[in-house]
Amino acid sequence: MEDNKNNYAVLGKSVPRVDAPLKVTGQAKYAADYEMAGMLWGIIKRAPYAHARILSIDTSKAEKLPGVKGVIIGKDFGGFKWGWQAHTRDETPLAVDKVRYMYEGVAAVAAINKDIAEEACDLIDVQYEELPAVFDPFEAMKEGAPLVHEDKPRNILVEYHWDFGDVDKAFDESYLVREDLFQTPRMGKGYIEPPAVLAWWEHDTLHYIGAKGSPYMLWRIFGRAFKLPLSKVRVIQPIIGCDFGGTKNDGHALDFAAILLAKKTARPVKIVYTQWEELTTCLRRHAMWVRVKMGLSKDGLIKGLYTNVVADGGAYARMSPVTMYLTNGQCTVPYKIDNFRTDTWNIYTNNPIAAAMRGHGMYHTRYAIDCQLDLMAKELGIDPVEIRHKNSIDNPKPGEIYYTVNKLRVATCGIKECIEQSAKLFGWDEYHKTKKTDGPIARGAGIAASAFLSGARLTGHNSCSAIVRINEDGSVNVLTGASDVGMGSDTAMCAIAAEVLGVGMKDVEIKRVDTAYSYPDPGSYGSRVTIYAGEATMKAAEDAKRQLLEAASKEMNVFPEELEIRDKKVFIKTDETRYLPWLDVVRAACYANIGNVIVGKGVSRKGTKGFSPKAFSTGEGDVGTNYGFAAQINEVEVDTETGVVRCTEKSSMADDCGFPLNPAIVETQCIGGSYHQSISAALYEEFVMDKGSTLNPNFVDYKRPRAYEAPFPKFAHVITNDPYGPFGVKECSEATTCTGAPAVINAIYDATGVMIKNMPATPEKVWRALKEKKEAEKNK
Amino acid sequence: MKDELKDLKFKVNGKKIELKVNPKILLLELLREELKLTGTRTGCEVSACGACTVNLDGKAVRACSILAVQVNGHEVVTIEGVADGEKLHPIQEAMVNHGAIECGFCTSGMVMSARALLLENPRATREDIKKAIQGNMCADSGYVKYVEAIEMAAKVIQGK
Repeated sequence: MEDNKNNYAVLGKSVPRVDAPLKVTGQAKYAADYEMAGMLWGIIKRAPYAHARILSIDTSKAEKLPGVKGVIIGKDFGGFKWGWQAHTRDETPLAVDKVRYMYEGVAAVAAINKDIAEEACDLIDVQYEELPAVFDPFEAMKEGAPLVHEDKPRNILVEYHWDFGDVDKAFDESYLVREDLFQTPRMGKGYIEPPAVLAWWEHDTLHYIGAKGSPYMLWRIFGRAFKLPLSKVRVIQPIIGCDFGGTKNDGHALDFAAILLAKKTARPVKIVYTQWEELTTCLRRHAMWVRVKMGLSKDGLIKGLYTNVVADGGAYARMSPVTMYLTNGQCTVPYKIDNFRTDTWNIYTNNPIAAAMRGHGMYHTRYAIDCQLDLMAKELGIDPVEIRHKNSIDNPKPGEIYYTVNKLRVATCGIKECIEQSAKLFGWDEYHKTKKTDGPIARGAGIAASAFLSGARLTGHNSCSAIVRINEDGSVNVLTGASDVGMGSDTAMCAIAAEVLGVGMKDVEIKRVDTAYSYPDPGSYGSRVTIYAGEATMKAAEDAKRQLLEAASKEMNVFPEELEIRDKKVFIKTDETRYLPWLDVVRAACYANIGNVIVGKGVSRKGTKGFSPKAFSTGEGDVGTNYGFAAQINEVEVDTETGVVRCTEKSSMADDCGFPLNPAIVETQCIGGSYHQSISAALYEEFVMDKGSTLNPNFVDYKRPRAYEAPFPKFAHVITNDPYGPFGVKECSEATTCTGAPAVINAIYDATGVMIKNMPATPEKVWRALKEKKEAEKNK
Repeated sequence: MKDELKDLKFKVNGKKIELKVNPKILLLELLREELKLTGTRTGCEVSACGACTVNLDGKAVRACSILAVQVNGHEVVTIEGVADGEKLHPIQEAMVNHGAIECGFCTSGMVMSARALLLENPRATREDIKKAIQGNMCADSGYVKYVEAIEMAAKVIQGK
C-alpha cells in the first residue's frame, strides 16, 4: 500500500472533497433551489385506487380556477411509452387507460402558486371502475389471477432458469444439504432530498434541471417522448441529494409533466415531490422470497448451490430484468461454487414499482446465503470466519484470471484478506472466549462477506468520455458525462486530472453534467463511474499533457518524451534543475498559434464490449468490468425480554476496492453503504402495506436509522490493484451494502441461537422467535 | 385563501428584517422562498429528517414546524450565517477535512444541530453529540464521520 501511495502526488491521499465547501456552507444548489422569472408550480393529480380503469377525466372546473395556467392528462403524451428496453416499455408518464398502483398519476396542473395548483387538482373529476387487484407475487403467478398488464400471462415480468455444473450430483455427494427460505423487506431508497424538477422551453430547445443520477437516460427518453432531436434536449444537472437507483436515476410523472406543462403554458414549470409522494409512489427496492439450497462437504466446502427467487416487481417493469440477473448471477462470488442452478421469477403486482437499489439484486441472495452458511457451519462445528475463508476465491496471480462457473471474470480478489483483516480488527478469536450475556442482554457477533461488480456494461452505448481543458491562466476544467450523486466521483476525477497534469487539486475544476456540452454517458449505476469516467479522464488529461509537452519541448529545445510535469513545473527528466513553470508552458501552448485551445479528449473503452441482456436467459457471461470485495463483522446486543436489537459501536470492515483513489471517501462510502442500506434492512426499514396502500409513508412511522444506533467500524483497505480499472480501482461500498444485513442477522444468531429469516429483525419478530425457541426446548 | 398579512420583525444571520407575511406560511417557506436562503433544505416537512434545522436564539429547531410569525422579535441563524465570511466555522472545517460529507443534503441541518450543541456545551461528549444530531437523518455517510468531526470541532473550540 505504501509503495503504491508513494508513487502518486494526489491519488491515494485523503484530500478533501471538491464539493464539500459548497455543501457545508449551504451554497450547493439542489434541483429544488432553482427558480426562474414567470415560473409556475406544478402538482400531480393521483388516483386513489391500486387497480382501476379510467372511465373519464373532466378537467374543465380546474381549468377555470383563477391562477391555473395549464392542465394535462395521460392522453396528452400521444401514446408515448417508456421502459428500460424496447420489450419492457410498459409505462406512460401519466396513466391513460388504467392505473396499476395506488396514487399513480393521472393528470397534472400548473398554476401561479402551490395552493392554487393543489386546489385545481381537487377540481379534476376522474371516474374510475375499480378492478380486482393482486398484491402477493405468489397469488399473482396463479392462473386466473387479475392481470396487471393484459399481455403478460400469469403476471410474469421476467423469469430465468439456469443450470451450471451438476447440482444434483453435488448435493448427492454433500455431507450436509440444507434448504431455507429467506425474505427481504419492502424498502424505500431512503434519500432525504425528494425528487424535484424545473423545466422550460427556450429557443425551441427543451431545458430541464432535475435531480437525476443518470441524466443521459432522461435525455434519450425525453427525445422520444417529445419527438425532439437529441441536439434540442438539454438536461442540466444540479447537485444531487443521493440517488441509490430508482426515481432519481430514471424518470417519474413529475419529469414528463413539468416539461409538457411548460410547453403548454410557455412558462417555466417547477414540480417538487413531497416526501409523502416519494414514499408512496416512487421506486423501491424489491421485496424477495429467496429459497436457498446448499450442499457442504464435511469440512465445510460448498459443493453446490440452488437458488429459487421470487420478486415483487410492482406495477411496471423498469430495471427488473437486470435485477433478477444480478440477484442470481452474482451468487458465484465471493465463494467458489462449481455447481449452481437457479429458477427465478419477477412478478407484476399492483404494488408501487420496484427498481434497482444500491447493492442491486445481490443484497437479497447475499443475506440468504451468508446466513444459511452460519446455520450450516454451526451444524458442522466450524467457525463462521473459517468457513468463509476456506470457501473464498483465491486472489489470482498477476496475469491470471479466475472464471466462475457462469463465466464471471475475476482478475483480482482480496476477499480472503478482507476476512482476515476484519477478523483481526474486531478481535474475533478473543471475542468468542469471553462471556457474552449480561442479565437479559445477550451479545453476539456475526460476519458476512460479499463481492460486487464494478463497471456494469449493458447494451448499446456504454462508453464514457471526458474533456480536459487547460485555460490560458493555467486553470483546468474537467468535464465528463458521468454524475456524482454524492459518492465523490467529482473529487476522484479532479484528483486524476491533477495527478496526470502535475498540478494541484485547487487548479482543477469540474462542472456538473449538461447534455448540451458534455459527452453522453449511461449514468451513475452499477458502480461504473470511477472505473469508466476515471479512465476517460486519465486519457483526456494525458492528451492535454501531450499538447503541453509539445509546446514546452519547442521552448526548451528538447523532445517531448524527455519532459515530465510535477508540482506545476515542466522539467527535463534527466536534469530536474532545467524547468519551465506551468503557467509559462500553458501560455506558450495557448498562444503559439492564433486560436489554439488546449483540449484533451479521452474515451474509456473498457465497457464497450457490452454484455448483451440476451445472455440473461443463459446467465452466462460477465456483466461487470471487475469485482470489489468486502467483509464485515458486527456486534449486537439483544434484549431477550423485549426483542430489541441494537448494534454496538464495536464492528469492523475491510474493503477491497483495488486501490483507494481517496481513502477517506472510500471509508465513508463503505461505512454508509453498510449502515443505511444494509444494517437498516436488517433491523429497521420496512413499508407496511395494506392492499397496495403504504401505511407508513413518512419518516416518523417509517423507521430509518439514527446517529445513536450507528456502529463505528474499524476499517481496513485491502489493495489488489486490478488491471481492468484505472490506477487499479474497482467498486467500493456496494459490496458493503450486501454485507451489513447478514453480519447483523448472524450476530443475532450468535447471541441467541435464533436466525431471523424475514428481515427486518423487529423487536416483535425477535421476541416471538425467542419465545418459540424456548418452548421448543421445553418440549424436547 | 385571503389571509390578512402580518407584520414580522426579526433578525436573520445578524441582519434586521422587516416584512409582511401570510400568517400561515412556515419559517422554512419564508427562508427559502421569500428570503432566498435555500441552504436550509426541505426534506420531510414533518420534523423527522432535520434537513431544515436552523438556530432560533441559539437553539436547534426545525424550520418546517414553526410558523414564520412565531420568530417575531427573535434571532434566526441559518447555514448561510455560520461561517465568518470566507472563514469556515470549526464545525464546518472539521466536516470538510474529515470527509463527513457525501451528498450534502443533510449537511446544513447537521451543522446547525452541532452549532447549537457546542454553543450550549463546548465540552460535549460523544453521547451528547449523538443525542444532538439524533433528529438529523443522513442517507449515505453513516453518521460516524459526522460524529467524529463534531468531536474534533469541540476540541478546536475548547482551544485544545
